Amino acid sequence: MHQFSFEPVSFPPAAEALRGEVRAFIAEEVANGTFTPSKNSWSSFDAGFSKKCGERGYIGMVWPKKYGGHERTALERYVMTEEMLAGGAPVGGHWVADRQSGNQILKNGSERARATILPKICSGECYFAIGMSEPDSGSDLAAVRTRAVKAEGGWKISGTKVWTSNAHRSHYLIALVRTAPKEEDRHAGLTQFIIDLSHPGVTVRPIYNLYGGHDFNETVFDEYFVADDMVMGGVGQGWKMVTGELAFERSGPDRFLSTYQLLAQSIRELGAEPDDRAANEIGRFVAHLATLRRMSSSIAGQLQKGAQPAVEAALVKDIGTTFEREIPETFRHLIPTEPTLGRSESYSELLGMTMLRAPGFTIRGGTREILRGIIARGLGLR
Amino acid sequence: MSAAPMDDSASGSGLRDDLAKTIDRVFETHCARPVRESAEGGQWPAGLWAALEEVGLPLAALPESAGGSDLAFDDAMFALRRTAYHGAPVPLAETMLAGRLLVAAGLKVPAGAITVAPVAVREALRIEGGKLSGNASRVPWGDLCGHVLVAAESGGKEVVALVSTEGASSGVEKNLAGEPRAALRFDATAVIASAPLENASFRLAAEGALYRSVQMAGALERVLEYALAYANERVQFGRPIGKFQAIQHLLAVLAGHAAAASAAAEAAVEASAAAPDEIMVAVAKSRCGEAAGKGAEIAHQVHGAMGFTREHNLHYVTRRLWSWRDEFGNETHWQTRLGRRVASMGADALWPMLTGR
Repeated sequence: MHQFSFEPVSFPPAAEALRGEVRAFIAEEVANGTFTPSKNSWSSFDAGFSKKCGERGYIGMVWPKKYGGHERTALERYVMTEEMLAGGAPVGGHWVADRQSGNQILKNGSERARATILPKICSGECYFAIGMSEPDSGSDLAAVRTRAVKAEGGWKISGTKVWTSNAHRSHYLIALVRTAPKEEDRHAGLTQFIIDLSHPGVTVRPIYNLYGGHDFNETVFDEYFVADDMVMGGVGQGWKMVTGELAFERSGPDRFLSTYQLLAQSIRELGAEPDDRAANEIGRFVAHLATLRRMSSSIAGQLQKGAQPAVEAALVKDIGTTFEREIPETFRHLIPTEPTLGRSESYSELLGMTMLRAPGFTIRGGTREILRGIIARGLGLR
Repeated sequence: MSAAPMDDSASGSGLRDDLAKTIDRVFETHCARPVRESAEGGQWPAGLWAALEEVGLPLAALPESAGGSDLAFDDAMFALRRTAYHGAPVPLAETMLAGRLLVAAGLKVPAGAITVAPVAVREALRIEGGKLSGNASRVPWGDLCGHVLVAAESGGKEVVALVSTEGASSGVEKNLAGEPRAALRFDATAVIASAPLENASFRLAAEGALYRSVQMAGALERVLEYALAYANERVQFGRPIGKFQAIQHLLAVLAGHAAAASAAAEAAVEASAAAPDEIMVAVAKSRCGEAAGKGAEIAHQVHGAMGFTREHNLHYVTRRLWSWRDEFGNETHWQTRLGRRVASMGADALWPMLTGR
């Protein structure tokens, strides 16, 4: 059986100093009217804010200076991300590039890819989309059918990617693509490509979500040319890379702070002297949150040491997203209101928007069911 | 490890590995099924207790001057957790707790098992002229421990006091694990020693909640192991039931609760090296209590009828989980307390509070 490891970390003084800096920055931005925390989540897009984050050195924090990074520790980056999320900052523009795409490029990209792309990510002016899912390949990622065929100096890619969040305003997409026919080992023959979305030949069509928002897209490639040096790592190494990337994607504070704004606003609504029932529920959420934060930061510490705690990451995401979804479901009982769609800055609107976003929490980045399968494998059951 | 094993020159995981091995050996040798069953019948498990004393566990975290071996508090809690993993039918947590409070109050620690009078339900214990009066209910092993540590009021101050249990028991109930929980009646009972201790009654309650949290984390670790072993060996429809997705998902949820309980208990221990950290203890008792109920439910579901038998060992830990979650304040008690504190500080203070500890 896999021994789950959640070794505690202690944040170094530099991380705590950074915490104060980020908190002050957010307070200033809120005071200047740049954004309203209660209206944001980590998928909220704001190019101006991303640029400010880049200027302040909050993107690519752990990457080498020669690529525009800041050579800080994973724990410092962790502190920055949790402060951004708790502060309701609109980090959606650069979030994916900073969280996972840039790491992949640094680790597996060609020198040209690193030198041309990473500095732009760091300055907050270059965004990434994730090209994993396809119309017939969601949870079953190894079933992807998008193909790359070898061409002079590169590859020609054809196929369709879906749920590509932000592809309509991203500069690049990292796609998982089949480069060799499916064999007995279905994980072989998959390769990751960095695809520049700025050239003609790629079609990005919106897929509106259930509340009419536009984050998702369908992204179609028709013999779209990608140069050899935009292949990530070796041809056929895609599966290993994708699973490594998921430890970054699944373990962070974005997997339990998606509804923090609603939690905070609910506490405000209930006032300084809530009744027993409300106090009990607030206390329960605080207990869960404190525990999740400890588990998630532990993974940041493990990633810093070069470990790949994929099973622990799946576990944090499973319990973290369960927690996120309980928040609207509980407070709707304690603060009776009819959840509202609209532009007002009312509690009922925050509750309404949170409810409409909630189904995504336990789907994006690996469904709850897939995660539980990964945990079960870690437990030695599969 | 034998006579004087708690050598503080060792440290870190090496020390913990040694602690675990020592404890495992003690339970293997001294806590076979007949010992467990006779303990539930009201018999004091003298052999098991003597073996734990021989390895120095009950007083390990106390300074040498108090008869201990200066074991770090977190290592002592690790040891307690391991005994809970074994479903220990002895008042080890209570003796450790009493020792820590006696030392904190500058009092001498007597030999033998010591229990504590929980103060979750405030019973007015008063000391006047060196005599203790009042009632204490649900005192763990209150009929079998020689001494009890109480928090009491004396001359308008909060004190801790040590008294003999002799003749004090006015009735013994059992918790769900068959452990004695005695009602003690004091009627001008002579106090052996007492001293002021700030917030004594809360301190005792919070320490108790912390130790029970650690115990629940240990018991959940065992429950998960039992459930995994059973899922891998029990064959139905031609394959181990652990191959069925429904069972796999149940066990993944159980693993999540076990890991969360462990993280919450460790965080509280870390924050409580000198004295219990009110917020982190509330977090731990709440989170571990919830995990106890949900985890035990899943473990039994996976075990089917087999886990419902007396014959299987699962119940030695699950019955403790169902008891411990309600002792020293249940989830509602601690969550409500925590929620009130957060509400009174205001929402804007929540995040700084979480990140500031």
